[in-house]
Amino acid sequence: MVNTDLLSWLWQFFSQRGGELSGIVGLSLMVSGSAVIIGAVLGVPLGALLGLKKFPGRELLLRIIYTLMSLPPVLAGLVVYLIFARSGPLGFLDILFTPPVMVIAQVLLATPIITALSSAAIAAKEKLAMDTARTLGASERQAAWMVIKEARTGILAGIMTGFGRAFGEVGAVMLVGGNVRYQTRVLTTSIVLETRQGNYEFAIVLGLILLLLSFVVSSVLLKIDDSKLR
Amino acid sequence: MPEPLFELIDVVKKYDERTVLRVKDLQLDGNKIYAILGPNGAGKSTLLKLLNMLEKPTSGRIIFQGVDLNRAGEAARLRMRRQMCMVLQNTYMFDTSVYQNVAYGLQLRGVRGAELERRVKEALSFVGLSDFGSRRAIKLSGGETQRVALARAVAIRPQVLLLDEPTANLDPDSVALIEKLVRRVHESTGATVLIITHNLFQAQRIADEAILLYNGQVIERAPINQFFTNPQSEITRRFVSGRMVY
Repeated sequence: MVNTDLLSWLWQFFSQRGGELSGIVGLSLMVSGSAVIIGAVLGVPLGALLGLKKFPGRELLLRIIYTLMSLPPVLAGLVVYLIFARSGPLGFLDILFTPPVMVIAQVLLATPIITALSSAAIAAKEKLAMDTARTLGASERQAAWMVIKEARTGILAGIMTGFGRAFGEVGAVMLVGGNVRYQTRVLTTSIVLETRQGNYEFAIVLGLILLLLSFVVSSVLLKIDDSKLR
Repeated sequence: MPEPLFELIDVVKKYDERTVLRVKDLQLDGNKIYAILGPNGAGKSTLLKLLNMLEKPTSGRIIFQGVDLNRAGEAARLRMRRQMCMVLQNTYMFDTSVYQNVAYGLQLRGVRGAELERRVKEALSFVGLSDFGSRRAIKLSGGETQRVALARAVAIRPQVLLLDEPTANLDPDSVALIEKLVRRVHESTGATVLIITHNLFQAQRIADEAILLYNGQVIERAPINQFFTNPQSEITRRFVSGRMVY
């Protein structure tokens, strides 16, 4: 049975705060989406290099990346804050408390995850897929590309995990974004704020929207993965 | 006398400091089926990988159709590798359709459109898997996987077919089918086939010549009947009579 109180509450809620909510959702998707795209552009090729090639310093680089996978968001935020604060080395850019610096903070969080999971996925396929492609006449570059294609599920899992990390974190965007209404407020920082103010219903709605969006993004990425069987 | 297809001169292959292959002189002629025999660790797979240019020898020369592979540039090596096809011991199917698996080698050689489709279908028909084109390759059974691996090779129409234990772990029906297909490939295209096998009966059934490797060295190379009925080496005698203790 439909709860009419709930429906009327939702109606009232969306009519009063729908505009603000859509802005928060849009900014959240824009910031985390941009961070993951940049993280994938940086992380997948680096992961491919680490997965396919043996070179001096590879082990050390892998260890650093694995360490950065567990970088606390608030620490990432602090580092970015210090860099872009007025007295920091890039303070002259004057972008602290704006969405671009929030993207940079989330790139720091997402890229190590995308790199490490891509590298592991590619390394797992490297020997057999590479040799098979070469036996069929692939050049080194063609064989490497085939290995990356074969590792696509693992790479997508890395991108999804990276997105989850960026979309769900609160410490970094709170520090560098400042949670400014209509400007840098995203879903996670809104949840913190609304909870502190005792607006639990709004906080729960925001939480549900966050989960729903994560579900939609994951479904789209999995659909891309399925399409490889042509 | 015709030029040998392959010639190996003082070829040594080492992994770290361990020597796994040491071939002083070996010539392989075209249009024959060779059975490569020997116990595990004898250097059989290494030999095929060197011939297929998947690996480079530590020292020595491998000459293919008169060209020294050491002196050939990357482009030339790729061109020569594309005249061969190797089916690896651990057959790997790309995670896509059977059709795409078979088409891959042809696409690398620039075959497109109707010609591509015709040759893929022809290859699948050859191995008796005409209806398998749209199946997901990684979901096939062991026997079907080996047949698709053979179809990938057949589609390319290689001059040299290198098979590393293509019937290992298959049931007797699948073994018989793969053997029949290997012979048909050889007879219909004239491809030289090098097949690694632990099955001495299989070697007798399909090969023209046998090469026995032991501790990385060629112990004996002889026409198949002579190899089994009148072996020259004591090691070969022990091997064919099943008395070799590995």
